Amino acid sequence: MQALIRSYLRHPSGIIGLVILLVIIALAALAPLICPGSPWDSVGQPFMPPDSPGLLLGSDSLGRDIASGIVHGASVSLLIGCVSTLAAVLIGLAIGATAGYLGGRVGDWLMRFTELFQVIPAFLLAILVVAILTPSIRTLTVAIALVSWPQLARITRAEFMALREREFVQAARCQGESGMAIVLRQIMPNALSPIIVTASLSVANAVLMESALSFMGLGDPNLMSWGFMIGEARTMIRVAWWMSAFPGLAILLTVMAINLVGEGLNDVLNPRISRR
Amino acid sequence: MALATQIVKMICIVLLIAVFNFLLIRAAPGDPALVIAGQSGAVDAQFVDRIRTEYGLDKPLVVQLGTYLGKIAHLDLGYSYRQQRSVLSLILERLPATLMLALSAFVLSLSGGVLLGCLAGVRAGRWSDTVITVISLVVYATPVFWLGLMMVLLFAVHLPWLPAFGYRDVSRELTGWAAALDVARHLVLPAVTLGMLYLAVYTRLMRASIIEVSHQDYVKTARAKGAGPRRVLWRHMVRNALLPVVTMAGLQAGTLIGGSVVIETVFAWPGLGRLTYEAVLARDYQVLQGVFFVLSVVVVLFNWLTDLLYRVVDPRIRAA
Amino acid sequence: MKNFITLPNQQNTALLAVRNLSIELPSAADRDRAVDDLSFDVREGEIVCLVGESGSGKSMTAHSILGLLPRGVRTLAESSVCLAGEQLVGLDDARMRALRGHDVAMIFQDPMSALNPLQTIGRQLAEAIRLHDGGRSPARDLDVRCVAMIGSVGLPAAEQIMRSYPFQLSGGQRQRVMIAMALINGPRLLIADEPTTALDVTTQRQILDPVRGMQRERRMGVLFITHDFGVVADIADRVIVMREGRLVEQGTREQILTRPAEPYTRQLIDAVPGRRPRAGAGVQGASRRVTPPMLEVAGLHKTFVSRSGWFNPARVVVAADNINFVVRAGETVSIVGESGSGKTTLGRMIMRLTEPDAGTIKLEGRDLLRASGAELRAYRRQVQIIFQDPFASLNPRQPIGDAIMRGPIAFGMPRADARALTASLLERVGLGAAAIPRYPHEFSGGQRQRIAIARALALQPRVLISDEAVSALDVSVQAQVLALLEELKNEFELTMLFITHDLRVAAEISDRVIVLQRGQVVEEGSSAQIFGAPQHAYTRQLLDAMPGKDIFVHPGDAVRSACGHSSSPVV
Repeated sequence: MQALIRSYLRHPSGIIGLVILLVIIALAALAPLICPGSPWDSVGQPFMPPDSPGLLLGSDSLGRDIASGIVHGASVSLLIGCVSTLAAVLIGLAIGATAGYLGGRVGDWLMRFTELFQVIPAFLLAILVVAILTPSIRTLTVAIALVSWPQLARITRAEFMALREREFVQAARCQGESGMAIVLRQIMPNALSPIIVTASLSVANAVLMESALSFMGLGDPNLMSWGFMIGEARTMIRVAWWMSAFPGLAILLTVMAINLVGEGLNDVLNPRISRR
Repeated sequence: MALATQIVKMICIVLLIAVFNFLLIRAAPGDPALVIAGQSGAVDAQFVDRIRTEYGLDKPLVVQLGTYLGKIAHLDLGYSYRQQRSVLSLILERLPATLMLALSAFVLSLSGGVLLGCLAGVRAGRWSDTVITVISLVVYATPVFWLGLMMVLLFAVHLPWLPAFGYRDVSRELTGWAAALDVARHLVLPAVTLGMLYLAVYTRLMRASIIEVSHQDYVKTARAKGAGPRRVLWRHMVRNALLPVVTMAGLQAGTLIGGSVVIETVFAWPGLGRLTYEAVLARDYQVLQGVFFVLSVVVVLFNWLTDLLYRVVDPRIRAA
Repeated sequence: MKNFITLPNQQNTALLAVRNLSIELPSAADRDRAVDDLSFDVREGEIVCLVGESGSGKSMTAHSILGLLPRGVRTLAESSVCLAGEQLVGLDDARMRALRGHDVAMIFQDPMSALNPLQTIGRQLAEAIRLHDGGRSPARDLDVRCVAMIGSVGLPAAEQIMRSYPFQLSGGQRQRVMIAMALINGPRLLIADEPTTALDVTTQRQILDPVRGMQRERRMGVLFITHDFGVVADIADRVIVMREGRLVEQGTREQILTRPAEPYTRQLIDAVPGRRPRAGAGVQGASRRVTPPMLEVAGLHKTFVSRSGWFNPARVVVAADNINFVVRAGETVSIVGESGSGKTTLGRMIMRLTEPDAGTIKLEGRDLLRASGAELRAYRRQVQIIFQDPFASLNPRQPIGDAIMRGPIAFGMPRADARALTASLLERVGLGAAAIPRYPHEFSGGQRQRIAIARALALQPRVLISDEAVSALDVSVQAQVLALLEELKNEFELTMLFITHDLRVAAEISDRVIVLQRGQVVEEGSSAQIFGAPQHAYTRQLLDAMPGKDIFVHPGDAVRSACGHSSSPVV
């Protein structure tokens, strides 16, 4: 474990990503302290530019503080991103592992099911699901999980299929290990690395998708999220550029940080440690 | 023979999508008849009952499914009370605009991505590679709708080179070449915005692919025969490196369509995406269902085309 | 270390003169230099074999001559490589490209990856010509030359091959195409980097013959890189031995093979399997008691059917066709076959990793194929297997002590006892108990095979199957592992089933040999019978194709050289 951490710290890009991510998480966690009160409260004149007194990043069309919106919105994006990915991982892992390890007919049909989901345009499906089930933080999470799991299932299946044929797994069978023990002790630790990397990239995608849905007006109406702020700003682009610029930058930095961390993890967890 | 298999497979997928579509709408809470009736504004009991019988909502689910599938086979995608038109006609009206947008974005991103990726891969480790990689990383992380807004800000507001919204200039009556040029000018910003994201994706992929290919033995063989670096690159490396990129391009069809929904909203481009947005706001489920189905079919067709393309490029697949 | 002795006028007649060649590795590698101060000559019309084990730097030497070193690896400026008097080190790119493929050509080890998979053979061949004739030859001429060349490397149906893609040809065919591509411009020097290592034994012969033929015809110099002294015995005029980047010894074929001066060279030659064949069955046959049968295989059938798509015809591969044989307790039986013979599938079926379509396998009289559940697990203890790839047969994320202990623990042994057993086994295979907490990547290939052996023995089996267990190892390591297996077999009273493609290895260790071809048992008998008086044409073909059969001592001769020391090669 220590070797992994040390190895990760050798990547400058991974460190930058991690630092940015930690800052954003800190902002989200400390939101009530940094910007007390609700981001929905009007605290000043509308359309105040950045660097106005008391409004670091300006105010929007209803006089709400942009900075407050960004700080409070961080937790929404991160929460939805992580929870939906977790759900997608669980579903994808279950389906992919079964398809990969058992193979044969069961595997084939499971894969066809997965392929069907991948053919359907993901964002459209998400829109449809959220629209039907009425927007809320729960339905957003469900919708995003629903469109994210196929990718994870595919990668899990590919790993399991490859590992199943590897000689050390065959050797374990010869030693008399039971099927379950083989899956848990031999295959899983080796399959986990690419799954973790794909999962981290899925979190980035989930954040992007949540913001896109909120932008379209399908976000939770009670929660201030970055996408929603940009949506509000759409028609004011000529008048108040700061309304859209700052939330967008926030999304960009968060997603970029997650991607960098994911790539750092990829380099570190590379299964080639076993080969000279 | 292989063609027959493929067509059968595609029909099966389309059928499954239709079934999925049907079930999804039925998952909506509440009485579907009320929902449908509610859009047309009239909610008296008689009207709702008529809706119910017309849509067969009082019959068992299986029968409803059968009717639905039958309608699809006849290309009857329902009727939008909100817009007072058949869903099919709405879709057909808007489809060309979406296709235009998606295809131009696709061509731009793929060709640009391949070129930039080649450049970065060949000069791996040097500063031009680092610059390209960093820019792709940033673009990759950018939400596409925000990018659109920023592009509008830059190119339409501050530097008034290109039009910000719409399909064409409504203040002028243009015909022939002038009209086409006008549409093209309006197409630039949306297509470039949509394409940029995928440009980043293909650049990164092509770069990794070129680096991978450069380690292959056949590259060494070509050099051992006396081939110069440019010949080695274009005759031996690029075509082999393209394979995973083409595969990825095929897989991206679905997300490209999804991206066009958002782009059309930002740029008020009159395509299916815009239609979807309006339908979402109005809770017009008939339209949503129809659009969903049509776009899924488009993706299936597109996957098939990429598959054909892959066969052309790789002789190993042709023989299998 | 022998110094290079300069004979008068040597510099003038040498086609390739390498002096003080030093190649530097990037800082992350395990040593500074891949090659250190190497000097040798290759003269016109002679075949020089560059021999060494993995890590000796022989491949790097070959690559540096043509300037094809990978990124980060450099030829140091003090080196000198002269081709017919022209200095190649530091040569400008354009001139180097003119020489490559025209005056000096190179062929590589793996024919599968050495050809561009997306271009036809014809195009790749024509490119070799076009790169050096300035694009002047008309297409018709190019075609004629290519077709002629394909014919001269012994490939029939040249027209069809021209139109084929690499994946449509077999390994041997591809390698011959590579040779055609290298020789089409009539180079003066051919560098061959282990061209036969990845091929079947019978195919190897098909490669070496055209190379030798053309070499004699055109008085081409050949620098042949190999790790196999058998190949050296077959084709070399002169031999250069390398170790860890340095020259160990060089001389003529006679000198090196019969009177090697350096102990390392002697060690390598001694390690070639088959030099001391088992004299057992032939000499003492009468006095050996016949032991009861341990493993009986009868009527085994297995076909693999692969279907791509619903409408395409299925491809049928016969892996086992009515296989019958018996292995008696305490015997070592080798199953010999080339790729596609079904030998690996046979091993897997006996382990019940693959299920046969029909037939029976009995272990000490009990029918294996009918066993299931607890009975199957009990059976699994009795028969253990060691796989070919030492890198893949151990879980990279599991400490090796765990890997060995798992087996006995799964069968009910208490953990402490299992640990003690593991420690003693690791001592026995020469690794020591300190290895228990370490991970596979900390060990070398040979060491990992020892770990695999310890893991197999931990379950106290009766039968040990070795599926090409030594094929991926260096020759000297191979000899050590084979010796270890021999000792362990006697100590633990094992019955061994040795699956291999290398007849020499089979000769070295087996009492009896079974020859497989395309799933059928073609011939079976004691070692002396098979090697002394082969009956079947395929067996004879295999024996004929065996590299270095000159230095391989015939089992019939075992009586004559009863002490088993190295005898003189039959010239």
